[in-house]
Amino acid sequence: MRRVNSQQELEALREEIRKARDPNQALVTICTGTGCHAYGCMNIVSAFKREIEKAGLSGKVGIRTTGCHGFCERGPLVVIYPKRIFYQRVQMDDVAEIVNETLKNDKIIDRLLYTHPMTEEVAIFEPDVPFYGLQKRIIFGNNGLIDPTSLEDYLSIGGYAAFAKALFSMKPEEVVEEVKKSGLRGRGGGGFPTGRKWESCRNAKGDKKYVICNADEGDPGAYMDRSLLEGNPHSVLEGMLIGAYAIGSDEGYIYVRNEYPLAVKHAEIAIAALKEAGLLGDNILGSGFSFDIHINRGGGAFVCGESTALVASIEGRVGEPRSKYIHLSESGLWGKPTNLNNVETWANVPVIIDKGADWYSQIGTEGSKGTKIFSLVGKVNNTGLVEVPMGITLREIIFDIGGGVPGGKKFKAVQTGGPSGGCIPESLIDMPVDFDKLKEVGSMMGSGGMIVMDETTCMVDVAKYFVDFLKGESCGKCTPCREGLLRMSQILADITEGRGREGDIELLEELGVVMKDASLCGLGQTAPNPVLSTIKYFRDEYEAHIKEKRCPAGVCKALITYEIDPDKCTGCGACKRNCPVDCISGEKKEPHTIDQSKCIKCGTCKDVCKFDAVTVK
Amino acid sequence: MAKVQLTIDGRTVEAEEGAMLLQVARDAGADIPTLCHNDEVKPYGACRMCMIEVEEHGRTRLVTSCTYPVKEGISVTTRSDRIFRNRKMIVELLLARCYKVPEIRAMAADYGIDVENSRFQVREDTCILCGLCVRVCDEVVGVHAIGFAGRGPDRVPTPPFKEPSQFCIACGACVYVCPVDAIKMVQTPESRTIKRWQRTLPMKVCKVCGEPFMPEYQIEYFTKRAKVPEDFFEVCPNCR
Repeated sequence: MRRVNSQQELEALREEIRKARDPNQALVTICTGTGCHAYGCMNIVSAFKREIEKAGLSGKVGIRTTGCHGFCERGPLVVIYPKRIFYQRVQMDDVAEIVNETLKNDKIIDRLLYTHPMTEEVAIFEPDVPFYGLQKRIIFGNNGLIDPTSLEDYLSIGGYAAFAKALFSMKPEEVVEEVKKSGLRGRGGGGFPTGRKWESCRNAKGDKKYVICNADEGDPGAYMDRSLLEGNPHSVLEGMLIGAYAIGSDEGYIYVRNEYPLAVKHAEIAIAALKEAGLLGDNILGSGFSFDIHINRGGGAFVCGESTALVASIEGRVGEPRSKYIHLSESGLWGKPTNLNNVETWANVPVIIDKGADWYSQIGTEGSKGTKIFSLVGKVNNTGLVEVPMGITLREIIFDIGGGVPGGKKFKAVQTGGPSGGCIPESLIDMPVDFDKLKEVGSMMGSGGMIVMDETTCMVDVAKYFVDFLKGESCGKCTPCREGLLRMSQILADITEGRGREGDIELLEELGVVMKDASLCGLGQTAPNPVLSTIKYFRDEYEAHIKEKRCPAGVCKALITYEIDPDKCTGCGACKRNCPVDCISGEKKEPHTIDQSKCIKCGTCKDVCKFDAVTVK
Repeated sequence: MAKVQLTIDGRTVEAEEGAMLLQVARDAGADIPTLCHNDEVKPYGACRMCMIEVEEHGRTRLVTSCTYPVKEGISVTTRSDRIFRNRKMIVELLLARCYKVPEIRAMAADYGIDVENSRFQVREDTCILCGLCVRVCDEVVGVHAIGFAGRGPDRVPTPPFKEPSQFCIACGACVYVCPVDAIKMVQTPESRTIKRWQRTLPMKVCKVCGEPFMPEYQIEYFTKRAKVPEDFFEVCPNCR
């Protein structure tokens, strides 16, 4: 791309790109986010290229490989413009038909359309799919429109106009003020007001200042930052450029975990394109403002998402946190004033500058403005990434957008905020979701993980899972986090394996309070949340494990037995054939029995029984 | 340095701006326990024993006094139920980790913990992971012979790759600084061994009195670092 040397040249280039594109031309967009990669979307892309050529449509139909659309449950996703026909779970065999029927003859293929699992309503066009229709996708929506490796695509949808606006018609202080006024709070977990953070870094003494993008997303099941950096890296870079200008920084870092190869690749391509176009480097757009960005790949330690540990890691030291009584904004990377924000926070900035703080702050609740991207996973029909306005209820997210719990099972709880978030029970499902409400009920926003659990989930087992995760990820520097997690893990193992004792619940609570109070960093301070919140809302399950040596959800292996109901068993032999330890016996067409001394409680018999004859006690 | 005024347990105190609260409070007579603190190395904030309450802008929070720089107008409390509760649990956790370490057992008894009946499964580790050995070797001696390996409960101070140290000069600074005597040194006329780092070095014998006085490798390191004449360490400090 040619170098642009002024705001006028940037706008002229944008006009040129737009003019060269016909909005009415047929365009096949294919989601190539990491989720769809796993489904084999790159084969679909090649098949489209082949079939379009075969059909003689080359030059008439465009193909665009885009970032993650968010509806990962239904991938590979194909959207055909200009009408935005929405095809889901597209397989290799479907491609020729799509080209010959839909592209050539304008016919819809019913088989590939989306049907709502509960209402059975069919949607033809993308905006009519309830999963999308109920969201407010001001940050994530552009992912489906552009090729993340194309700066031209980003410019064509108005990219870097907000940056140019800030650079040429706003003073740095005005940019800070606008972000403050928008009410944007950090999307990485802490929820600190972004504008105030910027202001203190701007006011800090020092000629050299750094800005950092925290892309060290590490919560199990959460991938919104990855999908943003993969699917729309320029939105993050534009946010960083605006922030650097506002703060007075000339150098930035993206700290991204090396397990995110596509995010690293796309960020590298985007940075190279910006340098070539003169939007990154010295004297950007002839304004006198200079800024450069480096990519720092992290080794995948969860604790490196903690700002001070992240900074230590960039400096080449062990990724361990330090006390934050002296803020990064005063003394951060290499002792210089540093402003660190999360991927999603940066991506919000261009929208705020473009549309204005007044527009932005209309979205959301009093204390939490704008939208939030959640990673909706677990026992929910529509697994994927959803962007919703702050203040929406959990019910709307899980049932209206998420399509409810699969298999007709009953919803039990939702865990928000990643491994150190809390479990919220069904009784609170109508609560509005924002930073303060989630904290109030003993959970947190975190980076936006949302794990749905149904009646077959044991809450003690869930708490144990998260505590074990955190135990392995604690850096081990401070006593309460290191020793506290070890002891919590041991007590929870005892409870789930039938060795629970009177007083264990109280000891967990006592320990949890101290870990919250006394741990060095956010990891330890929030680590007891899964335990404390499940005790708060599901104390009866803990008591059943301890007092009755019973797991009500039928999950904890040491406390359950599989039995065959002789009235229901038809003697088909399916369980007997599939049992990995040969502990099921019985004659054909006669009720079978399980030898409890050999049973390893794997649950295979229950899974394969067609007559619901295997019960868990 | 500018001075700031603050109150500690109700008494007004003046301190130098930037000074850490631990020292300021101790100078003012407060009794604050520490395990990972030593004046010779940078504040670390790992053991969490020195936590006290600080009220600032109407908000009270628990902070580690060793890493908290004093500020104008803050109000500090060094004794409260909340502080005691946290310290007691930390000691209880350390006791469960290092069940046989006399220093920790004595501390636990002071906090009213039933030393013989731990509420947790006890282990017999000897190290409380205060990090003083690692930090002294790094910041004071400058040899960086040891660091931490492992995460969470698996954290352990060790030479690289948990192998016998190649760089330890057997100076014994880590032995001296360890608050729970977890690093043992064995000294014979011929050699000195730091057992934890599996390092044995031959001793230099004094030209004058004939007594061994320092590991040879340590002399090599000091000679290079201090730029003293090569024959400086031919004689022991007593005969020099």
